[in-house]
Amino acid sequence: MKFAVIVFPGSNCDTDMYHAVKDELGAEVEYVWHDATNLNQFDGILLPGGFSYGDYLRSGALAQFSNVMTEVVKAAREGKPVLGVCNGFQILLETGLLPGAMRRNESLKFICQPEELVVENTSTIFTTQYEKGEVISVPVAHGEGNYYCDEETLQQLKANNQIVFTYKNNPNGSVENIAGITNEEGNVLGMMPHPERAVDELLGSKDGLKLFQSIVKSWRERYVAAT
Amino acid sequence: MYKVKVYVTLRESVLDPQGKAVMSSLHKMGQSEVEDVRIGKYLELTLQKGNYDLDEKIVNMCSKLLSNPVIEDYRYEVEEVVAQ
Repeated sequence: MKFAVIVFPGSNCDTDMYHAVKDELGAEVEYVWHDATNLNQFDGILLPGGFSYGDYLRSGALAQFSNVMTEVVKAAREGKPVLGVCNGFQILLETGLLPGAMRRNESLKFICQPEELVVENTSTIFTTQYEKGEVISVPVAHGEGNYYCDEETLQQLKANNQIVFTYKNNPNGSVENIAGITNEEGNVLGMMPHPERAVDELLGSKDGLKLFQSIVKSWRERYVAAT
Repeated sequence: MYKVKVYVTLRESVLDPQGKAVMSSLHKMGQSEVEDVRIGKYLELTLQKGNYDLDEKIVNMCSKLLSNPVIEDYRYEVEEVVAQ
């Protein structure tokens, strides 16, 4: 399984993501620049955190018109796993691959600390290696992670089991303590916490590694076992 | 040429923590009459005239990029200006 780490001008967690996949997960991975027009050779797409386009206008807003995003949308429609972390999550929201929007943190502060997350859904391709209700420690680092959606959208998220991670102690004011959601089909995950920064005990936690392992396992079951 | 002034504000239903913080500072300044503060964005676009529907074009730009309809509203004003 081969991963792409999409690099926008202003991405700054691309190296962490690359390290997590290459060295800790042990899978193939390549950086892909934002003006790329083809992602066919990749099986999984990773949108890293950072401040794409300087967060001008709104976080993630300008990235949606990068060439590569047309390809990311295409990959998502084909059912490939797409993971957006932090700014990557904001880009997925702005692109419309995920519902809702981000607001400034309720406290107006940039929050950078480990957070306890509850794994709410273990049937997604991103979470099969976790136990349902498992509490994991994954760091957050954001100023705009206060997830918002209207009541109708929230009911849909709940009805379709799209809420994957919630905060145990909501740090930012996010609706329903939401830390991560998938699309209806379940192959696109956006989350504010950084699993790529929790892949080794040396980093304080390796709870994020199972997320990447889940993606690979699900992919193998679908494509390798079948052949 | 057209000069288009676009005002983007958070929707009424969305809390504005920045506005709340500014209001609290205004109260500390002694401006106790201030009941609410909402912070928004102001954009000025200069457009060439052409064979297009101006309102349709502005609505398209506002709804797809300049504002996020999930949390923001927008309104705009158009002025005709002479090219410099």
